[in-house]
Amino acid sequence: MLLIPCPWCGPRDEAEFRYGGQAHVAYPGDPGALTDEEWAHYLFFRDNPKGPFEERWNHTSGCRRWFNLTRDTATNEIWPTTSAGARPGTGTVATGGGSR
Amino acid sequence: MTGRRAGYAGEVLRFTFDGRAYEGYRGDTLAAALLANGVRRVGTSVTLGRPRGVFGAWTEEPNAVVQIERPFPEPMVQATTIPLYEGLVASSVAGRGRLSPEPDPARYDATHAHCDVLVVGAGPAGLSAARAAARTGARVILADDRPSPGGGLPDTAETVDGRPGAEWALAVAAELEALPDVRVLCRTSVIGYYDHNYLVAVERRGEDAVTRERVWRIRARRVVLATGAHERPIAFAGNDLPGVMLASAARAYANRYGVLPGRRAVVFTTGDSAYDAAHDLAEAGVEIVEIADARKGGLVTGVAGGAEDQGVRAVVIGSREVEADLLLVSGGWNPLVNLFSQSGGELRYDETLTTFVPGHSAQAVEVAGAARGVFTLAGCLADGEAAGSGSPLPALPSEETGTRSQDLWVVPSDDYTSHFVDLQRDVTVADLQRATGAGLRSVEHIKRYTTAGTAHDQGKTSGVLTSAVVARLLGVGIAELGTTTFRAPYVPVSFAALAGRDRGALHDPVRVTATHDWHASHGALFENVGQWKRAWYYPRPGEDMEAAVLRECRAVRQATGAMDASTLGKIDVQGPDAAELLDRLYTNMMSTLKVGAIRYGLMCRPDGMVFDDGTVIRLAPDRFLVTTTTGNAAAVLDWMEEWLQTEWPDLRARCTSVTEQWATVAMAGPGSRDVLGGLAPELAVDVESFPFMTWRDTEVAGISARVCRISFSGELAYEINVSWWHGPALWKAILATGAVTPYGTETMHVLRAEKGYPIVGQDTDGTVTPADLGMDWIVSKKKADFIGRRSYARADTARPDRRHLVGLLPEDPEVLVPEGTQLVACDRLPEPPVPMLGYVTSSYRSAALGRTFALALVSGGRDRIGQRLYAPIGDALLPVTVTHHVLYDPEGTRRDG
Repeated sequence: MLLIPCPWCGPRDEAEFRYGGQAHVAYPGDPGALTDEEWAHYLFFRDNPKGPFEERWNHTSGCRRWFNLTRDTATNEIWPTTSAGARPGTGTVATGGGSR
Repeated sequence: MTGRRAGYAGEVLRFTFDGRAYEGYRGDTLAAALLANGVRRVGTSVTLGRPRGVFGAWTEEPNAVVQIERPFPEPMVQATTIPLYEGLVASSVAGRGRLSPEPDPARYDATHAHCDVLVVGAGPAGLSAARAAARTGARVILADDRPSPGGGLPDTAETVDGRPGAEWALAVAAELEALPDVRVLCRTSVIGYYDHNYLVAVERRGEDAVTRERVWRIRARRVVLATGAHERPIAFAGNDLPGVMLASAARAYANRYGVLPGRRAVVFTTGDSAYDAAHDLAEAGVEIVEIADARKGGLVTGVAGGAEDQGVRAVVIGSREVEADLLLVSGGWNPLVNLFSQSGGELRYDETLTTFVPGHSAQAVEVAGAARGVFTLAGCLADGEAAGSGSPLPALPSEETGTRSQDLWVVPSDDYTSHFVDLQRDVTVADLQRATGAGLRSVEHIKRYTTAGTAHDQGKTSGVLTSAVVARLLGVGIAELGTTTFRAPYVPVSFAALAGRDRGALHDPVRVTATHDWHASHGALFENVGQWKRAWYYPRPGEDMEAAVLRECRAVRQATGAMDASTLGKIDVQGPDAAELLDRLYTNMMSTLKVGAIRYGLMCRPDGMVFDDGTVIRLAPDRFLVTTTTGNAAAVLDWMEEWLQTEWPDLRARCTSVTEQWATVAMAGPGSRDVLGGLAPELAVDVESFPFMTWRDTEVAGISARVCRISFSGELAYEINVSWWHGPALWKAILATGAVTPYGTETMHVLRAEKGYPIVGQDTDGTVTPADLGMDWIVSKKKADFIGRRSYARADTARPDRRHLVGLLPEDPEVLVPEGTQLVACDRLPEPPVPMLGYVTSSYRSAALGRTFALALVSGGRDRIGQRLYAPIGDALLPVTVTHHVLYDPEGTRRDG
């Protein structure tokens, strides 16, 4: 049972969350301009590293907010991504608890 | 003969074993009480049927695993760990226990706890660690699996601070319990060590407690593992006979329980600790006939059995037979690294200790005392003190100061068929030879091939021994070979404990509609849809399901029916950009919808596959009410929120579930307009005033209601929404007209299937596009983008052989093709693989068609209309004809009544 740092609620048990897969896979600005292969990459291709992985989580049984964190897939060590700026789930880093 | 130590007495408890009545003392384990009564044979081995006796004194026991009969049947309980209680009834088993066919009446529950320091093990190291941690002001939990604190101290009769060890342990535990931030849990086994210092323990509160067992889920800032060590056996011929026992176990029986596990003992040891055991046993009255010390060339080469219990009669040392009824074995000690290994920590083979010890930690965990190879009492106390206070641990004793044990695992022999390695699985050195002879090189493979270490005891006495023997056989070092993986649970746990209160009615929430009680009292049978109970059909006396559903279908097609549709998911979407949000989520245009109007919509995933469907009604320029399928309500809300938060945070729109705010009655059939008109006098119900796919707010039966002209049956129909509270009143008022027949979800399914309306999740499976369903019309050509749009330009979604939704008419109109049946084009099956064209998704008897029919997903199905396909059912291939998926009123003449 991971202990996941929700940027809005603090550390909570994994059972309260839903996993959202790899972070920073943004919906393409103009899907129509993509080749089938590029579109297929957006739909189906994800990284699967052994080591640090930036991924999305949703605090479904809590504040219901989406956020990003970095987890080492080999050790399950977690680092919250705290820099402000981009949108949760798509941008370079998640917003980190600034806006309640 | 085994028996009780002279002068030992206590509170007498009566118990029964294998049908015979015995007496023991409070504080005994079942194994201790059996030994005190002279019972040496306690079981029969699982595959070889050999007699087996008590071998250990606590959780390491491989042999004395019994069936508890009363108070509640429980299989495979270690006699060495179960505390004796009045009226205990147990029996021996040959490797397998028996589960009770009755539900367990006892109560189980769970507690979640957090602490700064969790100390596992209340021996000298654990107690001193907990005390040191508590002195720093930390919140401490101390968990130990024995009934009272002290770990092995009561087994050894050693003293601490000049007091008997057991007394010292009680005093320290009492001191800890008096502190507000310390919790001492006895009879609590920590069974698993998971990520982020999350540990699970099971507290066995006993037969008299309100809660029989309690699961503790503990999150600890820091963990101190003071789990001690288990003595390990040596493999020699006949080492499984009753009367062969770990030296430490025999010492525990003498010191802790006042039980003599024999009268004349031989000791076979590779190290010093067995001398202490021999000393204590001699003090207790056991005659120590000889000590065979492997370091001095003493080797036990065999054991002679005899007597009634087939236990030890004599021990062969070298080639000399020595009369004895007890053989104490000490092959060294294995630190209990199980939890450390589960935590992700690395193990290291220590050549001096000849065993695996903790190496690098992966989490905030410290190992103290015997669990890291510190085998002196003073060393354990010092280790605990340091670990508890968070100080660096003392250096491990070096080879010079430590006691060097002989590195002996197997006594050489010509015949290894009775050199047991795993007593519980009957695995011998000969079995391991066969495994390596067959070419197996990994200890994990050998474990699975021989089953060594896979028994109830999970290899507590056999694991390291197996690795050592295999390493010798392969000619590699033990360090190189390694051990098998240590997995949770450390000791067996009952499913009842893990389930806790989450059983029966509390296993999963049950959701019922406002009108549920009416349905139940009118004989409805219920269908589970997600957590919802939905009225399935309402059989009248003498009707079976088929008759009831055909009657309900006729009522809707010919008169009027009413169904409780309250379980449909409902989401209120509000905000200036609500229309824009829905345009992006649905395949069709929602922003052009006028206030007062309704539109059916389809939602897809980015891959273009259908995800959900429902209606969208526009309440105001900036407000919509979206309905979803019953089972998908939560998923659709999650979906909307995910896109809003992660991709379109600039959209000013918010969503909230209102499923349980609205009770909904679907009223369908040619007579429904008249019924509604009678109940809603203020509402103009004529087709011009209230056209299809519009909604009106009015009063129905005097209740504020929102009436939608929506049809899921093809008939003239209305969905009447009122506040949840008024659901039963509305339902009763509708039925009180006497013109309306209640119908359930089965009839709803038949009626919609006759019209070719798909059910998402039944007629779709996540690989179906709107075009596959014959619903090209719902995919907007005008919108620049929506979720799924790009995928309709993929080559794959344009393939002509995609599976299409079609209708099927069995050639025999009485044959109901089971849902899920595969479809083939041939009237005789060729050799596999048989080309499958698709499968049946829905299949019913139709009152309107006077026959059976089905819906199916069929490869290139729309191009096969009129063709004959075959449905393999049992041994037969039944012919079916492919048709358009709309089988009833394809012109839509009945929609307006």
